[in-house]
Amino acid sequence: MAEAEESPGDPGTASPRPLFAGLSDISISQDIPVEGEITIPIRSRIREFDSSTLNESVHSTIMRDLKAVGKKFMHVLYPRKSNTLLRDWDLWGPLILCVTLALMLQRDSADSEKDGGPQFAEVFVIVWFGAVTITLNSKLLGGNISFFQSLCVLGYCILPLTVAMLICRLVLLAGPGPVNFMVRLFVVIVMFAWSIVASTAFLADSQPPNRRALAVYPVFLFYFVISWMILTFTPQ
Amino acid sequence: MAAVDDLQFEEFGDVATSVTANPDATTVSIEDPGETPKHQTGPLRGSGREEDDELLGNDDSDKTELLAGQKKSSPFWTFEYYQTFFDVDTYQVFDRIKGSLLPIPGKNFVRLYIRSNPDLYGPFWICATLVFAIAISGNLSNFLIHLGEKTYHYVPEFRKVSIAATIIYAYAWLVPLALWGFLMWRNSKVMNIVSYSFLEIVCVYGYSLFIYIPTAILWIIPQKAVRWILVMIALGISGSVLAMTFWPAVREDNRRVALATIMTIVLLHVLLSVGCLAYFFDAPEMDHLPTTTAIPNQTVAAAKSS
Repeated sequence: MAEAEESPGDPGTASPRPLFAGLSDISISQDIPVEGEITIPIRSRIREFDSSTLNESVHSTIMRDLKAVGKKFMHVLYPRKSNTLLRDWDLWGPLILCVTLALMLQRDSADSEKDGGPQFAEVFVIVWFGAVTITLNSKLLGGNISFFQSLCVLGYCILPLTVAMLICRLVLLAGPGPVNFMVRLFVVIVMFAWSIVASTAFLADSQPPNRRALAVYPVFLFYFVISWMILTFTPQ
Repeated sequence: MAAVDDLQFEEFGDVATSVTANPDATTVSIEDPGETPKHQTGPLRGSGREEDDELLGNDDSDKTELLAGQKKSSPFWTFEYYQTFFDVDTYQVFDRIKGSLLPIPGKNFVRLYIRSNPDLYGPFWICATLVFAIAISGNLSNFLIHLGEKTYHYVPEFRKVSIAATIIYAYAWLVPLALWGFLMWRNSKVMNIVSYSFLEIVCVYGYSLFIYIPTAILWIIPQKAVRWILVMIALGISGSVLAMTFWPAVREDNRRVALATIMTIVLLHVLLSVGCLAYFFDAPEMDHLPTTTAIPNQTVAAAKSS
């Protein structure tokens, strides 16, 4: 059959010898094995590694995820223009931060009848629905960031405010007073600015330049509300 | 050749003559009016073909003109449909906010700033900012008023945020809905010059609420006179924006109906601002302090005399 084939590339030249003439000399069935594994040694090692995450210990699974979360925390604390938060997004970090913040901000169940601070569910709803609203707003304005990437960035950038909450609770143990309040105010303002800078570093590039302020303002409002809840927290 | 003569292209010479001849015909405007007289002077056959070509060539421009008029062509279940409501740039939003702060008599907010590009960004985020501004300012002003009292324990009244959100968003969306329905109903009875789409009315209401954000922040000052002056100023500005926007829409109507409509719009606005002031901000009870200082004096005097 090789003789019948003609290469379409040469219209004019009619070679007297048929193409692929040497092939017919080779006996296919015995000399060339046609079955076997097409594997590259390194590739097979990686495939083995991937499939064996089921067999690894729970400790290494958790540590791997915790290390990823910790790496992103470092990126938030020292915001540089990097892609790590966007490329390997995950929602574990935001969940941990949101739960921690909501646990610390909720009012005691003793005075739940009186009009007091937010409940756990209220903080949770504010954080997650606020983040979803900001993401929708950013996408509607024409940003080219994906939904979960934006949620991931907004969630991770709550880290400075969670640290502020921890510091505020420690400071409040010293007793109320104007000095106490000034210290808390200063800490919250610094952490608020840090959150805004961190999230803008990640999010601002995804917007067209003539709408950047429109996309950043809701982020400002979001972190402002969370800072307000932290600042006005009074232990019962 | 008779067949070709039958297929001769008709000269659409004067728009005016063709309109008078056939008033129901839609006239299509070709982009280069300067070229059509030239074609008319040429030979009929050639001019026919060239005009044919020109109509075909300019078909795209006609289509783009038609499409530019109707922006929202995606079906409502796609994401692109909602993106058309956020098609504004930063400077446009700032211009619209400026327009709501400086009502110029005679200039219509919708016609000047919004025309055929209503956005939902402004109304939504202005309302959100206003909700938090009112809740936070109310909380802060209550804290400052009751600062010296020993019996007062500060609570961040978080429930008020949800109440404020309900009130403000209901006002910003339900009142425009009612107004739009009312205007449509009157429009069917009376031929109005100006009619607004629902989104344009929402836009006007949203941007007119912007003045309340600095007003709410300034309401922290615990002086009754200051607060009422601020209410007057804010009502004056936003009320006049609304009145000047909707006056052309009801002007053609029965005098009484028009005046009643404008009065209702302004009245609802007054209710919103006064209601927010009354509910979220405690009255600055400056007269409580003298009584608390007077009572110990009386008890001391009574103890001395007895």
